[in-house]
Amino acid sequence: MLRYLIPLGIFLVLVIFFAVGLQLDPREVPSPLIDKPAPAFEVAQLHRPEARIGTDQLRGQVWLLNVWASWCVACRSEHPHLVELSRQKLVPIYGLNYKDERADALRWLQQFGDPYTVSAHDLDGRVGLDYGVYGVPETFLIDRDGVIRHKHIGPLNPDIINNTIMPMVRQLQQG
Amino acid sequence: MKKLTAILLGLCLLSGAPVQAAVDLTDFDGDTVLEERYHKLVTELRCLVCQNQTIADSNADLAKDLRREVRDMLVGGKTDEQIKEFMLARYGDFVLYRPPVKTTTVPLWIGPFVLLAIGLVVVAVMVRRRSRQAQPEMRSEDVERARKLLDENQEQQS
Repeated sequence: MLRYLIPLGIFLVLVIFFAVGLQLDPREVPSPLIDKPAPAFEVAQLHRPEARIGTDQLRGQVWLLNVWASWCVACRSEHPHLVELSRQKLVPIYGLNYKDERADALRWLQQFGDPYTVSAHDLDGRVGLDYGVYGVPETFLIDRDGVIRHKHIGPLNPDIINNTIMPMVRQLQQG
Repeated sequence: MKKLTAILLGLCLLSGAPVQAAVDLTDFDGDTVLEERYHKLVTELRCLVCQNQTIADSNADLAKDLRREVRDMLVGGKTDEQIKEFMLARYGDFVLYRPPVKTTTVPLWIGPFVLLAIGLVVVAVMVRRRSRQAQPEMRSEDVERARKLLDENQEQQS
């Protein structure tokens, strides 16, 4: 009896391991930045190179920081959802244009629509480095005190926006 | 043929180990101490884009940026600890190929030894069971019968 039960037991353990393990996304590394102050930055704006945009100006509101680039293929799939979200005017979305040429980025926004209140132009990727960006697109939710409350790695979709991000936004806006 | 395959395989494995082709920006003005520290650091930091490579091995843009950052910090007089802190603050424990021992990483550190212990126990049990089976006790009349049969066989042959 035991000789049948032991392989069966091992098999079941393997099934459990795979069932859990294969659903984990190895690309989603937990960020140490959650509940920490958002790293300060001040860089040129994408549309107006002479003007600056930085974390100091964004204090006092709940906002989203969306890291994007014109060379980023996955950004295209999330972009319509960002445009849709920006139309609802529920939460301001600021863009961090990551390691991108200004002309390419502007053309991209013209083509696909511009959901961003302002886009920051992070040409050399230093801001992205401070935010621990390693897979564009990434989205950060930052509260009134400038603390990062949530980070999403990879493209957003309506499910994530409506069921994860927006409930948190509403809660932060009330609090 | 088998031997040849084994030799070729061995050569492939050997040649793969010391390659550090992706490392660039190793300009330390001949400062070999800094260069040595640089090499040690970049081979201990994980590239988060291609997760099974160190930032020394990887050609990803992020790895290049991180190598540049490590170099700048070294030249700027930062200690190895400070550089690791910098990486940890941005990417978490995952960035270190040698993660610190703490409650969340304990399974990582003791897991292999637990598995090894389980393996040893299984082997010990199997060996003991098999050695017991190898010497079945024979009854004396069986031994007697076997000897008789062997003797008859010999007589027939001679």
